[in-house]
Amino acid sequence: MNAVHRIQDQVVADRTQPLLKVSGLSKLYGPEKGCQDVSFELYPGEVLGIVGESGSGKSTLLSLLSGRCPPDSGVIDYRGKDGHWLDLYSASEAERRTLLRTEWGFVEQNPRDGLRMAVSAGANIGERLMAQGVRNYQQLRAAGLDWLSQVEIDPARIDDLPRTFSGGMQQRLQIARNLVSGPRLVFMDEPTGGLDVSVQARLLDLMRGLVRELDLAVVIVTHDLAVARLLADRLMVMRRSRVVESGLTDQILDDPQHPYSQLLVSSVLQP
Amino acid sequence: MNAATDPRQQPRAPRDEAYNFAYLDEQTKRMIRRGLLKAVAIPGYQVPFGGREMPLPYGWGTGGMQLTAAILGAEDVLKVIDQGADDTTNAVSIRRFFGRTAGVETTERTPEATIIQTRHRIPETPLHEGQIMVYQVPIPEPLRFIEPSETETRTMHALNDYGVMHVKLYEDIATFGHIATAYAYPVTVDERYVMDPSPIPKFDNPKLDMSPALMLFGAGREKRLYAVPPYTRVTSLDFEDHPFEVQKWAHTCAICGSRESFLDELILDDQGTQSFVCSDTDYCAQRVNEGRVAQ
Repeated sequence: MNAVHRIQDQVVADRTQPLLKVSGLSKLYGPEKGCQDVSFELYPGEVLGIVGESGSGKSTLLSLLSGRCPPDSGVIDYRGKDGHWLDLYSASEAERRTLLRTEWGFVEQNPRDGLRMAVSAGANIGERLMAQGVRNYQQLRAAGLDWLSQVEIDPARIDDLPRTFSGGMQQRLQIARNLVSGPRLVFMDEPTGGLDVSVQARLLDLMRGLVRELDLAVVIVTHDLAVARLLADRLMVMRRSRVVESGLTDQILDDPQHPYSQLLVSSVLQP
Repeated sequence: MNAATDPRQQPRAPRDEAYNFAYLDEQTKRMIRRGLLKAVAIPGYQVPFGGREMPLPYGWGTGGMQLTAAILGAEDVLKVIDQGADDTTNAVSIRRFFGRTAGVETTERTPEATIIQTRHRIPETPLHEGQIMVYQVPIPEPLRFIEPSETETRTMHALNDYGVMHVKLYEDIATFGHIATAYAYPVTVDERYVMDPSPIPKFDNPKLDMSPALMLFGAGREKRLYAVPPYTRVTSLDFEDHPFEVQKWAHTCAICGSRESFLDELILDDQGTQSFVCSDTDYCAQRVNEGRVAQ
């Protein structure tokens, strides 16, 4: 009984501590080009949406957060599985890479950037496991079949090349490839961009299910407020490299305070 | 000149004094030797070098020739093989080249050679201490098939980030049911660097492991050299449930009857009659000399 309590206490303690702490993050390519002075905290299992128009610095912020591009100033602290805090950009490149392929995931807007197009779906899913040292073919195969069915792709297509998949399937394959290592934090850059509306809806439904089921923390960049409303718990609205408003998703979408947020919300087409 | 062309009749050809010893100038040889020292110090690590134009096309062994030229001494005995054979075009012309420019003794006998330049094979006769193998390498980068960027592959080597190497083996098993990579089979050298052992068949991979001879690899087009020092651990990549295996033949050599050597398949007529013979011509000839013949 005590043991159960201890584990519950640990889970509670884990959830009350942030996973990612960002303070004063800036990277400017020119005046108001890029992002500046961004601070926030992300908790385990929380989905943070970043919305804003093109050129407002959403993607810059995402590449800073995901360790792909060092910031001009500011600090990103990540709490690892072992409970230790890691300053992302003072850590070595080897540590950052390990993080990116174990505890983190990155879903690209274009699945062609995130997948290896020349190798089969099964190899795409197995790559992270192989990078972590899994050397058992049967195990890799089983993980591939399991994840294909989790993202609603026919497991019989495990040996097909991603290029024979439709756009929506490629995007789902990319998600499977990222989630196979059991990450705690996933970055997504417009994951539904370039897909038609019905495929988008299906993908969003799937992502919502997986995020809740696996208790993932997600930072999702999107210009589509419908995507944000469906997935995100919290929103940050960006404009001209700055965060102009942040808060709960429903709060921002139903009662926007900043003039730009109001414009953004009112500009959504109502069918 | 024509007397110098047949190394069997006249092992030591007169040197052509118009060329510097072994064709390359001394500064170039020094530069390559510095690279070789670094390569030996870091087994399996690819060292860039300032590759020179050689008087034969890329893909014909320019990398291996530059290495041979850099380490060749007047007392060395050179053997050159191509696909295991001493009498193929590439082998004959490279042997004649060093016979003419360096005046060194050449041989076809594996145990007598001090330097063996090779394309595709490691001799069947076990190597001994003091011998140097020089490999002609077309693509030195084992990660190239999956990662086209040189910057990225160098980072992957530096950070020991070799997960993708198994992706290729996985694809083989998924497609063919077994690891079908038959040559240029990737190896880990000294438990650190993943290395492409040049296009030798995987049959020869076990011969690299703890070999008493020094192994030098040169890629002329890519301008990279790397090395495996004597008595270094070289392991072929594999999966737990699909371990590394070498090729096996149901046949024996039609000339010497060997069951252990790497066999070449010959098609004898339009009806497709096959015959299998040793790819290592010296090994085969020695066995015949010892009186062994095919049953």
